[in-house]
Amino acid sequence: MQNENLKPARKKIPRNKIAEQQPASRIKNFSEVELGFTTEQALLESERCLMCKKPKCTDGCPVEIDIKGFIELIKEKRFSEALEKIREKNTMPGICGRVCPQEDQCEKTCILGIKNEPVAIGKLERFLADYGIKNSKNNSQGDTGLKNNNSKKIKAAVIGAGPAGLTCAGELAKMGYAVTLFEALHKEGGVLVYGIPEFRLPKSIVEGEVEYVKSLGVEIKLNSIVGKTYTIDEILESGYSSIFIATGAGLPYFLGIPGENLNGVYSANEYLTRVNLMKGYLFPAWDTPVKKASIVSVIGGGNVALDSARTAKRLGAEKVYLIYRRSEVEMPGRIEEIKHAREEGIEMVFLTNPVEIKGENGWIKKITCIRMELGEPDESGRRRPVKIPGSEYDIDTGIAVIAIGQGANPVLTQTSPDIGLNKWGNIIADDIGKTNKKGVFAGGDIVTGAATVILAMGAGKVAARAMDNYMKTGVW
Amino acid sequence: MCADTVSLIIFSPVIASKAKAGQFVVVRASEEGERIPLTIAESDAAAGTINLTILKRGKTSSLLCSLNKGDYITDVAGPLGIPSEIEKFGTVCIIGGGVGIAPTVPIIKAMKEAGNYVISIIGARNCSGLIFEDTIKKYSDQYHVCTDDGSMGYKGFVSGFLSQYLKENPGKKPDRVVAIGPVLMMKAVCDVTGPGGIKTIVSLNPIMVDGTGMCGSCRVEVDGKTRFGCVDGPEFDGHLVDFGLLNSRLNIYCDEEKVSNEKYMEKHECKMKI
Repeated sequence: MQNENLKPARKKIPRNKIAEQQPASRIKNFSEVELGFTTEQALLESERCLMCKKPKCTDGCPVEIDIKGFIELIKEKRFSEALEKIREKNTMPGICGRVCPQEDQCEKTCILGIKNEPVAIGKLERFLADYGIKNSKNNSQGDTGLKNNNSKKIKAAVIGAGPAGLTCAGELAKMGYAVTLFEALHKEGGVLVYGIPEFRLPKSIVEGEVEYVKSLGVEIKLNSIVGKTYTIDEILESGYSSIFIATGAGLPYFLGIPGENLNGVYSANEYLTRVNLMKGYLFPAWDTPVKKASIVSVIGGGNVALDSARTAKRLGAEKVYLIYRRSEVEMPGRIEEIKHAREEGIEMVFLTNPVEIKGENGWIKKITCIRMELGEPDESGRRRPVKIPGSEYDIDTGIAVIAIGQGANPVLTQTSPDIGLNKWGNIIADDIGKTNKKGVFAGGDIVTGAATVILAMGAGKVAARAMDNYMKTGVW
Repeated sequence: MCADTVSLIIFSPVIASKAKAGQFVVVRASEEGERIPLTIAESDAAAGTINLTILKRGKTSSLLCSLNKGDYITDVAGPLGIPSEIEKFGTVCIIGGGVGIAPTVPIIKAMKEAGNYVISIIGARNCSGLIFEDTIKKYSDQYHVCTDDGSMGYKGFVSGFLSQYLKENPGKKPDRVVAIGPVLMMKAVCDVTGPGGIKTIVSLNPIMVDGTGMCGSCRVEVDGKTRFGCVDGPEFDGHLVDFGLLNSRLNIYCDEEKVSNEKYMEKHECKMKI
């Protein structure tokens, strides 16, 4: 103890800044905005870690990564081992290092952050993941080692190849189960491929993580819509001992105002799916088109709204408005993404809400908005926006993207009426993912409503453990 | 079969065993391809096959029409949508126009098997566009043909024939009409059946991306409410459908479709000149 107190004062190293594409050039391409730490930066950043005896950062991590442990390994330049340390708890560091809201999780609880800026834990995680990709030429141990004898194993099914489903499938495969992962779309990744844009999460990173899960022996059935192609009961009857439902939040909300079905009005889901999954930004080399306009208005204040706005900019819009009914402090989007959006020239229109969309010949021309002021706090603790009577005004716009959230997609649950739902249509599951139907677990956005990638992954992991327990003991 | 219309028989045992009348699949014709919905024309659970009948119109349909026996199709997902409402209504009049004749086939069969008196009316531009005639005849109590040019049967649109038929048979009002085809045809049929209050079901074909309710591209207005064609449909009460909006939304990507098609034609010019 005494020795500790006698340590010389730690040299103050400022938080390392990650290199980024400059705004002027990046708005002309879909390549990743952040370029990642150099080895020198990563080493320097790791020196900033206080190596707390009782690290608080891990408490802030939904999947409990041994953060101090991996940073210590970085310090010693043992990068492969550091990556393995993360992979013990998280199979997708390349994704989490990029899209986790670290400022609300591990970095929020970092002791260094009390007086200074916290350690850039997310950037270090990303550094290791990228290091792993660069150095993974012959690193496919899973290919031969684990992928065998599936016919003799106990079968488990996972519905939905997004963050929760991929995590759960990977965990179950590691435990020795024969896992089949059913995916409705023609490509794996869920929101990671249809929702989050290339410039924030390159699809090659997602493909790498999917390959890893496949290398563990997981069989993936694409184009399989559970609820249509198969039902939950059919899957159970065909020899699967347990099922994990991770179908995500796949039902876009609209504003419910006049003119919303005019041409040129998109849900964020459609806009982003056209651009990301269907590669609409590469039209006509790829077949799926997406409309472009010189003025684009995005409605909403979350990450999906920010992604849509920044996508519109990259598709060539001169002016992009982000129209949000509350003020900046209430924005649910990540601070980093708000900053990026501002740098790219996205104009934030706060305390403003659309009341009508006006068109001409079937196409959107204007959005009539009303100004809002903040009233008393609502259930979410944020101050409720209240309309200012008579403050309506028009915003000219060629395209509108509605990004005000999404509900639970009913395609699966409609055909499994015995699975309990809450009033919003989300599946009711307990802390370990158990639903009211024997053998059936659920997790991720279909349970919680739209949340974060890491929370979904956490749910997938917890459920895998619970499924293992159920399949071993038969106790429900 | 009509030169511009091709039937693909696709081996997909799971979809074939599940498909019900009125349902569709989402198809991708290539790795870079768009996702398009196609209503299932026939499904054979025993053989494990489904029949998709496609009118060559743009790039994707041309690509699909250029497939040969033994080829693979990149992606087929389904069956999607709510199946047709099939029960014994009494007399059911089923109307198919153009390539829309194909999806009437399973409905005609199912309606007949449910014990209905089935009147089938099919129409096309000319006699070469009349498809599935033998199957439709087999399952229909009455079978009527219309061609725009009069090359076979009644000269004119199916709606014109229906109007005449209803006038000539005042005591035999159908208990239900099902109409599938171009938007204008479905609207015209609804205009004919509206005054007599004959329940008329139409199958809508809005632009879709995922086909599972995720994107909302296929928004239609029915009875003043926004519905999703993919998960709430594709069949709706025709008298409540906003056909103007449907038509407008179907034309969103006209310019882009042209670009795609021209590019495709350039590449395949030699083939197209034949």
